[in-house]
Amino acid sequence: MTINLVVNGKPYRIDPHPGEMLSDLLRERLGLTGTKIGCNEAECGSCTVLVDGDPVLACTYPAGRADGREVLTIEGLASLSPILLKKGKRDKGNGSRGLHPLQEAFILHGAVQCGFCIPGQIMTSYALLQRNPDPSEADIQQALKDTLCRCGGYPSILRAIQSAAYTLRTGEPIEPAALFSAAPLEIIGTPQIRPDAVNKVTGEAIFTDDLHFEGMLHARVKRAGVPHAIIRKVDVTKARQIKGVAAVLTAQDIPGEHNHGLVIPDWPTMVGVGERVRTVGDAVAIVAAESRDIATQAVDSIDVDYELLPVISDPVQARHPGETALHSKGNLLKHIKVRKGNVEEGFTEAEVILEHTFFTAITEHAFIEPECSIARLTPEGRIEVYVGSQIAYADRNQIARALDWPEERVRVIGMLVGGGFGGKEDIAGQIHAALLAQATGRPVKLLFDRYESFHVHPKRHATQIRIKLGARRDGRLTAMETELYGDTGAYASLGEKVMTRATTHSAGPYEVPHARADCYAMYTNNPPAGAFRGFGVTQSCFAVESMMDMLAEQLSMDPVEVRRINALRLGSVTNTGQILRESVGLLECLERVVAEMYRRAGENPFTARIVEGASHLRRAWGIALAYKNTGLGGGAPDKAAAEVKLRSDGMLEVRTSSAEIGQGLVTVLQMIVAQEFNTSVSLVRVLLSDTDLTPDGGPTTASRQTYVSGNAARGAALALRQAITATLAEKFDVPPDQVRFVEGLVQVNGHSVRMEAVAKEMLSEGRPPRALYEYWAPNTQPLGESGDMHFAFSFAAQAAEVEVDTRTGEVRVLQVIAANDVGKAVNPLGLQGQVEGGVVMGVGNALTEHFIVEDGRIVTDRLARYRMPSIVHTPEIISIVVEHPSGEGPYGAKGVGEISSIPTTPAITNAIFHAVGVRVDRLPVDQENIQRRMSL
Amino acid sequence: MPLWKNYHLAQSVDDALQALSRTPRAASLIAGGTDLLLDLQQGRHPAVDTLVDITVVPELTCLEVRGENLFVGAAVPLSRIVANHSVQEHAQALVDACNLIGGPQVRNSATLGGNVAHALPAADGTIALLALKAVAEIASLDGQCLMDLQELFIGPGRSALDPRREVLLGFHLPLHGVGDASAFKRVMRPQGVALPILNMAIWVKRRGDVIADIRLALGPAGPRPLRARAVEKTMAGRPLNKNTIDIALKALLAETSFRSSPYRASADYRRHLSATLLEETLQEAWKRAA
Repeated sequence: MTINLVVNGKPYRIDPHPGEMLSDLLRERLGLTGTKIGCNEAECGSCTVLVDGDPVLACTYPAGRADGREVLTIEGLASLSPILLKKGKRDKGNGSRGLHPLQEAFILHGAVQCGFCIPGQIMTSYALLQRNPDPSEADIQQALKDTLCRCGGYPSILRAIQSAAYTLRTGEPIEPAALFSAAPLEIIGTPQIRPDAVNKVTGEAIFTDDLHFEGMLHARVKRAGVPHAIIRKVDVTKARQIKGVAAVLTAQDIPGEHNHGLVIPDWPTMVGVGERVRTVGDAVAIVAAESRDIATQAVDSIDVDYELLPVISDPVQARHPGETALHSKGNLLKHIKVRKGNVEEGFTEAEVILEHTFFTAITEHAFIEPECSIARLTPEGRIEVYVGSQIAYADRNQIARALDWPEERVRVIGMLVGGGFGGKEDIAGQIHAALLAQATGRPVKLLFDRYESFHVHPKRHATQIRIKLGARRDGRLTAMETELYGDTGAYASLGEKVMTRATTHSAGPYEVPHARADCYAMYTNNPPAGAFRGFGVTQSCFAVESMMDMLAEQLSMDPVEVRRINALRLGSVTNTGQILRESVGLLECLERVVAEMYRRAGENPFTARIVEGASHLRRAWGIALAYKNTGLGGGAPDKAAAEVKLRSDGMLEVRTSSAEIGQGLVTVLQMIVAQEFNTSVSLVRVLLSDTDLTPDGGPTTASRQTYVSGNAARGAALALRQAITATLAEKFDVPPDQVRFVEGLVQVNGHSVRMEAVAKEMLSEGRPPRALYEYWAPNTQPLGESGDMHFAFSFAAQAAEVEVDTRTGEVRVLQVIAANDVGKAVNPLGLQGQVEGGVVMGVGNALTEHFIVEDGRIVTDRLARYRMPSIVHTPEIISIVVEHPSGEGPYGAKGVGEISSIPTTPAITNAIFHAVGVRVDRLPVDQENIQRRMSL
Repeated sequence: MPLWKNYHLAQSVDDALQALSRTPRAASLIAGGTDLLLDLQQGRHPAVDTLVDITVVPELTCLEVRGENLFVGAAVPLSRIVANHSVQEHAQALVDACNLIGGPQVRNSATLGGNVAHALPAADGTIALLALKAVAEIASLDGQCLMDLQELFIGPGRSALDPRREVLLGFHLPLHGVGDASAFKRVMRPQGVALPILNMAIWVKRRGDVIADIRLALGPAGPRPLRARAVEKTMAGRPLNKNTIDIALKALLAETSFRSSPYRASADYRRHLSATLLEETLQEAWKRAA
């Protein structure tokens, strides 16, 4: 069968392959990789294209059906741009990029973050505007209902669509986000658009799966599929005989170390014969073949004999004496202890004592871009691994160890990352792809499908948290005792660190004179748990913030007042003994959120109100506070290096291996260098995540990059500026203070020297026009030792209004007011995305997300069974920026990536209590449970 | 192994039936494919030799008033059904239901025929069709026949259609008359599979304050999509008041067999919701019938 179709205005005549979907045809045959595959199961909307004007999901649209039809992809959209913007009518620095107004609006409203879902968002929006030129918010929500953005950029997506609609109706230029001021004098603190945004809205942005190399093989992994067993036999004979199979490898074929792991190397790259399978996602064998289909067929033909073992499915069970030890040192990854004062004394002083246990579920990052690695050997005998990873240098180290090669022979080239949130810190397919490339000598691509992604990368820890709290009748806390169990699953990953953070933050952002916390981070046969935005604090914040509301209830006090009198402030001592000397904006966050809440809610925000005309609906507000460390802390050396270079074309380039995962680091670095050189951001390039070209920026985790890599970039910029100053001072024989950097030029003694000339001058002087700076964050102390465990904390307060349907128990979040003390808002536009996205993710954690594992087997094994919040779950979000500068942070900045998401869940569950009197102590919120308990 | 070898874009009903019957190996009809393709991709359906696409067959994509009936072709995409004025006028419950199936992109492919042919007990479109007294039209190489929709369902996921010999052409719905209207509602949960905890469709004919006639369907309330005829009997001819609803509810609980589904809903919750949905859906239909 031959089909005729038109794609982006061009006619094609094609014979569809058996089983070919439209997405395959577009991506692989026509090279139109702007159409993204997020789930391949018709759930995420990333692959949306227009067929005869209607948005459809290309991943489940047979190519044969496109016969006689017109297809429009993201690559074809700009050519449909109205004349207006094509002509390049300039306004506020935009409009000359030859883009469609929707594309322009997505950029200017900060709707683009990691960018992976953006082609789908824009195509869906385009179809909407074709049909409805003036859509209401409800129309937009309806149209984009199933086009998912895990960065949670829905509020800015909505604003962008409305702005583009206005432009299309009126011909007026796109109005940028309201944050933009008329004439910014400074760079730091003014909204800046992302340098990578244009490529992300045109479909030109290249993610790993968009790469193709000549002769490339496709890899697949044989997964154990059983949660606990000893492997007795692995038979790969049949797989090796299949035509088109280039290599089949098992554990015995690994030349180097058999395990990987970020902290403890306890995670087998492949489980060998006689060894223990500890989770369903364990790898047993890997295959590289001429096509993905052949590789799949080969994997399916591998026979493995297992001796099945009883499954350890929760951390309490794992701690029972006599349980099988999953690792040689037992099932206890770490017993974490926090001690402050004497809790017995604190409870004696207490006039009221409350105790309650809370449960949080495993949750899944569900970044829209699934993991993908491509490895290829170079003619020089090295290996290159292309991967969208959060920690390029850790990847390099772990790959090198497995190959038994020196690290220098391995180059990790970081690609764009289609969302990370902590889930792309560990090894996924990097080592497997490298092993297969090493064995075959050919490039090898290993792309996870959603099922595999759900099975392999570490999740958010499920926890059980018991809190016993003592307080005086006036609400002042006297003691807090906490016992936590954390399910770290089969492998350590960052489990010890995550649960340490959960434990140290388990008394909340409050000064408690006597605190004791014990946490048991336990191995089980569940999928491994590791880093996930919030890093353990999401869980303990839910528990302690629920307790604070229960305390207020018990004492008939205002939930705000209970928090106000106990909140951390300057001079407070945390429960790890750290004295807070600066940058504690918690009370300001609280007061500003409370003021805004009262402005919106009237006098009794915490009292249930019946919705007029709908007597079954109850509304109320809830509040929660949080704090979160910036940086690794706990005694870990925390450093980042960056290099700034003046290129011969006069552009400045900043390089560091830190990862851009959608959070906006690339803009922050660009701004910092521009600020230091008093030049425009457009004259600064950013190169990230290449272990050959960029110095080590350390892991992209712990809300640390603006702080550490920001400081490194700033230090490098200053050093280069000094070197340039010295060169020119010498040349023109003037004191260094007469060398001034003004708008991309250097002015010396009345001369203006262009940056190109400066570069030339320095090179001719034998001085390389570049500077490397390694920034070391202030020392921290390990838990249990006196002194500062962290060098900075961010603080937040959130208030949420919910509406509960008393007939069904259904819960909707209507508005969230979020105040974050971020030290300094470096890029308000990026910050807005982090705050709104953080709140959306918090709504998901409270209401929609539940990664279900039963006896070690994953029930929610596809995106269709795991719900992340969509635009219809997105409340109105009011962001309040609080800036209590941190002395060491660049321009006073500290982390924001995690804090914005942490208090959302307890704000929502506290609001539910106020609305209908049901205390939620188990996540996610279960509407059936609410309905049942309401009727008791 | 590819999910299919040949893709046949049928041009007529006869062409589709011929293509199905002449392929000696596994063959399957495909309409929107929003379920079938996922079943193929995820291994719940074995790979097939031939997919016979019926989405451009004129008889199946027809949506029009024919005499006393509204005809909805089996391969009409749901989005077209939702936007169609005749459907909006004569079959509001169907509009409500189709507008809730999947997301906007899926609704541009998914069809009512697929919704029915999958024979799931709580398929939104199916439940609406049952309350609207739909009659299915089926074609085979032997000719065409009409069948009461309910007879199409044998068990969960099993329909009476012969997948190799029959094609569902579409549905005939009676046009709306004086004082009648319909509505559809459902309750979901925000976690897990996007299947309704419970859904319900009601068609009601109103004479002043009296329920002159009523049809009610709901799911999942048994192995098949359920038309609750015993409930209808208790209500027909009575005034709409609390007493009537109480009696109807009693009958509803007797006529249904709600089950607990793990991670979705307990039978108790469904029983509770059936009362909520009965009141809400009836109210909506009643209001529309005014």
